Amino acid sequence: MMSSSFNIYRVGISFVMMCIFYKSAVDSLSELSPQKYFSTLQPGKASLAYFCQADSPRTSIFLEELNEAVKPLQDFGISVAKVNCVKEETSRYCGKEKDLMKVYLFRGNILLREFPTDTLFDVNAIIAHVLFALLFNEVKYITTLEDLQNIENSLKGKANIAFSYVRAIGTPEHRAVMEAAFVYGTTYQFVLTTEIALLESIGTEAIENAHFYFFHCKQVLDLTQQCRRTLMEQPLATLNIHRFIKTMEAPLLTEVAEDPQQVSTVHLQLGLPLVFIVSQQATHEADRRTAEWVAWRLLGKAGVLLLLRDSLEVDIPQHANVVFRRAEEGAPVEFLVLHDTELIISRVEGNTHIEEMQEDEDEDMQSPDMDIQDDEVAETVYRHRKTQLPLELTVELTEETFNATVVASDSIVLFYAGWQAVSMAFLQSYIDLAIKLKGTSTLLLTRVNCADWSDLCTKQNVTEFPVVKMYKEGKHPVSYAGMLGTEDLLKFILLNRISCPVNITSVQEAEEYLSGELYKDLVPYSSVSVLGLFSPNMTIAKEDFTKAGNYLRGFVITGIYSEEDVLILSNKYGATLPALLLARHKEGKVESIPFANSRVQDIVQIVTNALLETFPEITVENLPVYLRLQKPLLILFSDGSINPQYTKAILTLVKEKHLDSLTPCWLNLKNTPAGRGILQTYFNALPPLPLIVVVNLHSGGQVFAFPSEQAITEQNLLLWLKKLEAGLESPITILPAQEWKPPLPAYDFLSMMDAAASQHPTRKEPECTKETNMQKNDKQQHEDKSTIRKEPVETLRIKHWNRSNWFKEGDKSFRHDNKEL
Amino acid sequence: MSLLAAAGLWGPPGLLLTFALHPALCLRPAPTSGPPHRDYCVLGAGPAGLQMAYFLQRAGRDYAVFERAPRPGSFFTRYPRHRKLISINKRHTGKANAEFNLRHDWNSLLSHDPRLLFRHYSSAYFPDAGDMVRYLDDFADRLGLHVLYNTTIAHVTLNKDRQAWNGHYFLLTDQMGHAHRCSVLLVATGLSVPNQVDFPGSEYTEGYESVSVDPKDFEGQNVLILGRGNSAFETAENILGVTNFIHMLSRSRVRLSWATHYVGDLRAINNGLLDTYQLKSLDGLLESDLTDLAIVKDREGKFRVTLKFFLEEGNQSTDAITLPQDDNDNFAMRVAYDRVIRCLGWNFDFSIFDKSLRLSSGGEFSKKYPLVKASYESKGSRGLFVLGTASHSVDYRKSAGGFIHGFRYTARAVHRLLEHRHHGVAWPSTEHPVSQLTSSIVRRINEASGLYQMFGVLADVVLLKENATAFEYLEELPVQMLAQLETITGRRARHGLFVINMEYGRNFSGPDKDVFFHDRSVGHTEDAWQSNFLHPVIYYYRHLPTEQEVRFRPADWALPRPTAIHHIVEDFLTDWTAPVGHILPLRRFLENCLDTDLRSFYAEPAGKKGNSPEAGCQEKHKAIAGHGLSPIISSLEPGVLLPVCPNTPEAASLLPAGVPENAGARGN
Repeated sequence: MMSSSFNIYRVGISFVMMCIFYKSAVDSLSELSPQKYFSTLQPGKASLAYFCQADSPRTSIFLEELNEAVKPLQDFGISVAKVNCVKEETSRYCGKEKDLMKVYLFRGNILLREFPTDTLFDVNAIIAHVLFALLFNEVKYITTLEDLQNIENSLKGKANIAFSYVRAIGTPEHRAVMEAAFVYGTTYQFVLTTEIALLESIGTEAIENAHFYFFHCKQVLDLTQQCRRTLMEQPLATLNIHRFIKTMEAPLLTEVAEDPQQVSTVHLQLGLPLVFIVSQQATHEADRRTAEWVAWRLLGKAGVLLLLRDSLEVDIPQHANVVFRRAEEGAPVEFLVLHDTELIISRVEGNTHIEEMQEDEDEDMQSPDMDIQDDEVAETVYRHRKTQLPLELTVELTEETFNATVVASDSIVLFYAGWQAVSMAFLQSYIDLAIKLKGTSTLLLTRVNCADWSDLCTKQNVTEFPVVKMYKEGKHPVSYAGMLGTEDLLKFILLNRISCPVNITSVQEAEEYLSGELYKDLVPYSSVSVLGLFSPNMTIAKEDFTKAGNYLRGFVITGIYSEEDVLILSNKYGATLPALLLARHKEGKVESIPFANSRVQDIVQIVTNALLETFPEITVENLPVYLRLQKPLLILFSDGSINPQYTKAILTLVKEKHLDSLTPCWLNLKNTPAGRGILQTYFNALPPLPLIVVVNLHSGGQVFAFPSEQAITEQNLLLWLKKLEAGLESPITILPAQEWKPPLPAYDFLSMMDAAASQHPTRKEPECTKETNMQKNDKQQHEDKSTIRKEPVETLRIKHWNRSNWFKEGDKSFRHDNKEL
Repeated sequence: MSLLAAAGLWGPPGLLLTFALHPALCLRPAPTSGPPHRDYCVLGAGPAGLQMAYFLQRAGRDYAVFERAPRPGSFFTRYPRHRKLISINKRHTGKANAEFNLRHDWNSLLSHDPRLLFRHYSSAYFPDAGDMVRYLDDFADRLGLHVLYNTTIAHVTLNKDRQAWNGHYFLLTDQMGHAHRCSVLLVATGLSVPNQVDFPGSEYTEGYESVSVDPKDFEGQNVLILGRGNSAFETAENILGVTNFIHMLSRSRVRLSWATHYVGDLRAINNGLLDTYQLKSLDGLLESDLTDLAIVKDREGKFRVTLKFFLEEGNQSTDAITLPQDDNDNFAMRVAYDRVIRCLGWNFDFSIFDKSLRLSSGGEFSKKYPLVKASYESKGSRGLFVLGTASHSVDYRKSAGGFIHGFRYTARAVHRLLEHRHHGVAWPSTEHPVSQLTSSIVRRINEASGLYQMFGVLADVVLLKENATAFEYLEELPVQMLAQLETITGRRARHGLFVINMEYGRNFSGPDKDVFFHDRSVGHTEDAWQSNFLHPVIYYYRHLPTEQEVRFRPADWALPRPTAIHHIVEDFLTDWTAPVGHILPLRRFLENCLDTDLRSFYAEPAGKKGNSPEAGCQEKHKAIAGHGLSPIISSLEPGVLLPVCPNTPEAASLLPAGVPENAGARGN
């Protein structure tokens, strides 16, 4: 707290003065008679007075708090007094009874508000309430989304909004907001709410005690456009708000052409780092767009500047595209090569370390970028190569111990290769899993490093890495085919605890199974429980179902019921035997699917299809499943959980079969930050959310956006979709067909060899030629090498032969100079 | 009867016996059912014969091995004469990987039984030949190989028959006159005939095969050794300390194996004489063509070297023969020798093969070997394969095909060819999504022993599937057969291929090369193509090269000119797993050949949660790692089972670019 206030010191003196002082000096509460008190009131000046009986106790909790509020309130120009109501000098403000004493707020001698003392329960509440009353005009209190939208609309093009949510009036956060409003209230429209629903409706996730938003409305000229919002990520405290607002005031992007070491902006003074995007004349436009995007992302976290390399006096490394400067005095300027703007963001957020470029190194290298690891998995693994994993939590198996171990106990085995990055990243997840399961599982977690035990892995049919297999009860091992992460693997392990399918023995058990009661702990991992119903004599169908269940193990819970009284169940669920009952636990529904004459594959297919949702939240994990449907995606992008009305609208459309040609889904940016990158690709900048997009991935790559000014309703959507279908809408962008390209070129050794062959025909001792010189020569030779390739090589060889055999005379061998005897 | 003449003096006693019995065979009435038939007949129960027998046995084939001696490996019961094998028995490498360790095990044969590793048989770095005999004996016994001992095949002939696999049967006749009929003949008889050079006075020489190995017999003698191979130096080494001096005469310069990288050249363990020669200790090396020489015995029974040319001048008495020093009084070999020892190597025994087999000797410079194709099949008759030392013409002076640590792999390659040709078993391969391509190659170049030992001869091949979404990996294919890949393996190569070969630097190896020159090692990845030490080289071809292209490839190219080539920079530890130095450039090469992105991605970008860098990274590790191009890794079983693992970079996963045609389906 203190250190940051020093940083602030230079900036907002008036504001900070009070911050520093209210803690240090505490003025005591003046005690006055009513008459004396009213005589001190000055026009226009605010004053807070506590009227109490003269014979009341000298101290109380309230008085202590009030005493503490004196100094801070004085800093806001508000005087505080305790007025003793003596008998001879009564005032109407003196209450009738002892315990009905109140506090009054005056401006001049006009009474503004009266407060019961229990409202002002502590110093924060006192200050918050007093300022709230005084700043009645500056701080708008609202309760509905409509209020907010109205204010927003009225201020577009005019002023920015500081919108805050506090859990209750009188909290420390409320005080912080009011103190900020006291300073900035005339510059920005302060809006306050205590309605959590309002906060939800603007898409705030993980709602905490308080939130502070800055709405950038001033630059919005198109009234249909939403104001950009920046959420303050620090806790709601006076200094944080101050710093946050200061950064909002600073220019979004500054262009500079001076030494990054010398540049100074308000960010540095606020203790925030600076990010320079290095630009040059040729790419200025594009760089500026990038920089702007970065600036928006880093708003409130760092200052973003565009550094013009061409007009720069000082030298910066040739390949650096980002310069990073921390706020600390004397911190060195870092020159970075970053290939992804996300890396800049994460760099600022302190999550990623990127290899730094040495300033004067490798200036003349051919293409230094090629040596930079651009595989994020390999990069993180390499960076953490010295981190010791707690490998002892898993049992390392060798050729000698493997068979005995997997026979003796149910085991899960991770086959990996120590040199492979993906293996090592997954090993970390595997260790995390071991930590999670420690002491709770009878399953032995083991691992085999195939770099050491190659033959063992081959014998276990492991020819790629990493592979996870479960060895259980001496049965054929089950291979894990899920995501390479802790969560999915945990699901696999947990679902494998029960046999697949589970044999259900009574109707009651079946009901428990369908309701999710039977495997309560597993239901969160399997959204659907499948129950096969058979009459006892349907042997083949049962067998097929069992095979399918085996196939699906670790993936979904399956059960089988084939007792004599099976008809009770089939009648209840309206099924004809054999049947599949699918219990969807989330929706609490049980549906039945007949599957007479279905073979194993069909059953697997039925179950797999049943897992698809009608309006799923798309995640990176489940995307491929839905892409497989080969339909254009209708995606609702939402910054946070989805508005239930939208869900309803889309589900209605689905029900009415209007969306059959599409895969409707939604994407929560909070869960899937990757969505930001997608939106950026579609719109170039992050558009206001929520937003509906239709993407035709499988043919054409057109992206259509549902007009953001329209409300997302059934009718509007339907109309829009009709227009789409009729070809009346034009795409906002068309995604390029082939982008999945090599990120960087490779060394062209073939050309180098050709060039060397024509350039240095008798290169026998490499020390004759400096390697670097050669490289340069090679480059020059590049153009004409192909035509002269074959011949020189042939003559070369002969020459070479002649030299190496000059001491032998009259040798008949010419071609086979290597063979003899 | 020309056969008899060819067998000459050096024919083993068994052969003489056979020829005596030969007429008897002709008189024997042919059995109505014909001679006993085998699909595969292997000649010789030496290392190569046993190795082949092992593969045939494992595949459940009908085979027999014919061995004239009562036990396997009879060559090693006598040779090398001084009993020290020069094949390295490296028992420790610091690694557990059994496949990798075979890179440094020059004696073991391939088998599934870890007890049958040579290191269990000897602790000597250069083991005793007796241990090899014991090892081979165990190998045959433990694996229950079907060997007919004491069976000398005296004659092999061809019997045309349309029914036969190859249009003819091989008829083998043993010393008892019994005939054996074989569909395929695998000749693993090694080089059994000592090489002789005919020159006047050659009768005065003693052969390596019979010369005394007791140094006492050479006390205070002047010795001339003909030849400059390992047997010559081995012989010299043995008597170096007791002779007056040793002169060594050969046609060409000595070749040091550490300069040529050919294990058949003079090994450091035998080269003590070089040391004493260069340190002026009277011993010496001379170069001259033996066929120009003559040796004459003087009055004292000592041997003098002269030129054949002088001998031909006239029929003079011994004393009158002109000696070179008569004209040229500083002629090097003017001293008289007490002994002349001939150590000129060995030849293949062609004598038992009937002319109809058209088994001819190799060219002018590999006469001692039978002529075979790169597939080890005789050029003369289909179905006759040459294995082991005798098959060395394929890579003579280049690779290790003439030695156990090389031909154990070529035998396996031949077996795979046969499995496909006669049993419809395609060359073994594994299929993977293209996301595994880099890893598959990295794994092999770091552990494969066949690639390492048989560098330049056996190479791995990656066959790409349509659109390069998946590939098949084939191991250790005879690389000169590349053009015939489809016919010999039964695999399709329609969509491009990679060949993974191990190579020394172009101009690095050779008898006159200074292999210790300054700056010999290459460290920078961009200079990898100039690597000198053995390193992996990956060739990319858009189309399978044709036979023409293979045959008329540029000189000193191991393979036809590829579409693109990649050298993985040489490594001091031969450990090519450095993430940036080795794997990254390889990935870039593969990516650019396939025009795709082969990186792995986390399912979620980093920086989602956590503030401290450490926490952030931990988080990142917890995130889900995906794989290269295809969004699927679950390709182990057919069908459409979930779950799948996407691998696209976060944003791209929603772009068509990131989603190949088969998105969500299986990798093919």
